[in-house]
Amino acid sequence: MSLLTINDLTVEFPTRRQLFTAVDHVDLSVEPGEIHGLVGESGAGKSTIGAAIMGLLDRPGRIASGTIKLSGDEISGLDADAMRGLRGKKISMIFQDPLTSLNPLFTVREQLTETIQAHLGGTDAEANQRARDLIDRVGIPDPDTRLDQYPHQFSGGMRQRVVIALALCTEPDVIIADEPTTALDVSVQAQILDLIKELAQERQVGVILITHDMGVIADTTDKVTVMYAGKVVETGPTSQVMGQPTHEYTKSLIAAVPRPTLKLHRFPQISYGGRETRFAVEDMARHWPKVDNDTSKPVFEIRNLTKKFLQRKGLLPWDRTYFTAVDDVSFDIRAGEVFGVVGESGSGKSTVARMIAGLYPVDGGTITFDGQVVSDLTNRAALDAYRKNIQMIFQDPYSSLNPRMRVDDIVAEPIRHHKLMEGADVKRRVDELLDQVGLGHEAGLKFPHEFSGGQRQRISIARALATQPRFLICDEPTSALDVSIQAQILNILKDLQEHLGLTLLFISHDLPVVRQMCDRVAVMKQGKVVELQETNALFANPQTEYASELLRLMPKLDDLSTDGLEAEV
Amino acid sequence: MFAYIVRRMLQSVIVLLVVGLVAFSMFRFVGDPIDNMLGQERTQADIDRLRTELGLDQPIPVQYYKFLKEAVQGNFGVSYRQGRPVSTIIAERAPATLELAFVSGFLAITMGIALGVFTAIRRQGVAANIIMTVSLIGVSLPTFLIGILLIYIFSVELDLLPSFGRGETVMIGNWSTGFLTTSGLKALILPAITLGLYQMTLIMRLVRSEMLEVLRADYVRFARARGLSDRVINFRHALKNTMVPVITITGLQLGSIIAFAIITETVFQWPGVGLLFINAIQFVDIPVMAAYLMLISVMFVSINLIVDLLYYAIDPRLRVDARAT
Repeated sequence: MSLLTINDLTVEFPTRRQLFTAVDHVDLSVEPGEIHGLVGESGAGKSTIGAAIMGLLDRPGRIASGTIKLSGDEISGLDADAMRGLRGKKISMIFQDPLTSLNPLFTVREQLTETIQAHLGGTDAEANQRARDLIDRVGIPDPDTRLDQYPHQFSGGMRQRVVIALALCTEPDVIIADEPTTALDVSVQAQILDLIKELAQERQVGVILITHDMGVIADTTDKVTVMYAGKVVETGPTSQVMGQPTHEYTKSLIAAVPRPTLKLHRFPQISYGGRETRFAVEDMARHWPKVDNDTSKPVFEIRNLTKKFLQRKGLLPWDRTYFTAVDDVSFDIRAGEVFGVVGESGSGKSTVARMIAGLYPVDGGTITFDGQVVSDLTNRAALDAYRKNIQMIFQDPYSSLNPRMRVDDIVAEPIRHHKLMEGADVKRRVDELLDQVGLGHEAGLKFPHEFSGGQRQRISIARALATQPRFLICDEPTSALDVSIQAQILNILKDLQEHLGLTLLFISHDLPVVRQMCDRVAVMKQGKVVELQETNALFANPQTEYASELLRLMPKLDDLSTDGLEAEV
Repeated sequence: MFAYIVRRMLQSVIVLLVVGLVAFSMFRFVGDPIDNMLGQERTQADIDRLRTELGLDQPIPVQYYKFLKEAVQGNFGVSYRQGRPVSTIIAERAPATLELAFVSGFLAITMGIALGVFTAIRRQGVAANIIMTVSLIGVSLPTFLIGILLIYIFSVELDLLPSFGRGETVMIGNWSTGFLTTSGLKALILPAITLGLYQMTLIMRLVRSEMLEVLRADYVRFARARGLSDRVINFRHALKNTMVPVITITGLQLGSIIAFAIITETVFQWPGVGLLFINAIQFVDIPVMAAYLMLISVMFVSINLIVDLLYYAIDPRLRVDARAT
């Protein structure tokens, strides 16, 4: 008998206009000690299954039919009190973002002991002892001091360990991990996944691992269920589903995953469901000013760039302490290339980009653009002329567009600011841009919230192209997107570089993506560039220990089917 | 932490100096005190004598310095109208205002938080919706109207509570309190409600919206997923996180309860400093006005300081900086 059995589960969200079926007749079973992956794009209903098991469906969602059984006992029809007894005791949950899933105002000890005592009772001393054991078990060093600290004193990975400790408080039978490593760095992600694997084995816990990351699935899970639009499209042992997918959707999903080993000219796009949107880069190229990319000369020369942030304020200069975010960084970006910067969070890669964009003042060193030193420009006109050539695409498509502006105003803003056009010309240009990025000019009348993440990133691209720049800075442009949307956006960026002769600075922590996109890559660690190489050379033969460590931790996707992929010649 | 307090103190001193300058300049620009103090039958000799007595013949910076020196010691000179030291008059009146402010502030905070939490948790409930609607009336009706309405209902029609004054008071040292007599307590009820109603509804609405925000947070979902009871989630996890922004507003509101008790005191003829201030304005009694101004600003500044320190107590994230010191 399986530990957890889901039979014919349907979850519906009645809305005023229609009934939305989030989960549609889903069957699933998890054995003790097994890690069962649940994969799909956003909106596929995978998190809803997790919430349904926990009895934490957001209103007005409800289980319309089907049963959920835990060790043979049905739990789907239980009342609120009985469900609370199960939550945290028999079934636990690990959330995506460790930064927000712990209450910031209580110490780790308080949060652990309250959970232990809520389920097991017992004296304070017993609860404290248990809390200490758990913190020790999940690999947090120096448990006695760490217990009395607050969540903000932990790093992201350590917080996720605390979250896991909380989920383990009462020896649960099933743990639901909802994107447990999406918010973490590659190296930390590997550690957390190892910990989950270890614990599942050691305690014979059944784990449901919800993720959109195929790499995580391939590396961690025993079985996998692929979901699309609320339905299960394929299920089976991980190696089989990943290696020989039978369903069209699974095939296209796997094809869209960037490979660390195989450089492709373009990303295959998910054709399932017919959602590919045209991006008319050729139309754009017709009106684009001719760029003569002399590849022998660098567009940017960055020399000894340094940035310090004030860490502690003080009235007296010697009371202040600084954190050196970027430390003596030098590199060139050649005309027409895609220059990648990789590194973990806190390595200073975004800070470099922001200094180049002129968003942060430079504390030391120089930035030279086209033979002109731009890092010390103070003249408004000269600065504007420079900025017209540099545009940025940000990571988060949700917060980088002003929610109270219409899309056509958002796209028109750079044109108006730089006084490139006037009157009706602006409108015509904006419509053209929106058509070209595949949104259609009627999109201009809407507000950003009416678009999906991928569409918003297209708006960002339209905005960035409005001034006809020569240089694009892309700061993690796809890390908030699903793999299929990521493939679309990355293809667009590649086209821009090829057809319009743009030079790209591409910042990412995702090595496979970097491999696909970049011509040369700089690896950053703690504010310094530790290695700079041609992409292929870096992946084949890393020179520094840090780079090889990063490559080693990258999820291996060797098992994934390579149907329909053609390597670049 | 210590450096922070010192810095805040310095800022407070600057604020007080500026307010002091405003108070001082009232002496110069709002009417001529000599005119007000001496009647029609004055001689030039009288005027000169008084001018020297009041120090008005000295240069302005010297006058300001002297004013500050005296003010720091709590000495604001002699009331033009009553001819007694201002500090004595204020000391007589302050207990009435402070007791009223304390009771209404207490009411506003406890009721405001309780109702705010209730309406947030039972968001869909009938009772919560009724409270929310009624609270709109509390926000939109002017204080004097509420006071008059209460007087009409409870004093005139029902004849339950007194309509004006403090009732009997008992002297404890220099402090006259109405807390110890039945009539004193009865007299407190209506003014306290009148004064606190607006603050209460404001706090309630603030707590409610903050609470709704917090209840959507990930750590509340996670707390629920850990199987904690609703009581623990609502009152331990959610309420504490609600408090930080609420304290800011509440602190400022408490200041204004004391400072702007004027209207309530006028409606109920409450013998507090607010009523004193109104009378002082009518008679251009500048020393009283200046003293009142200083008193209120000291109160605001110290409440703000306390609020900032409370942040530290509640939110550990702010203490990181302090630890490094």
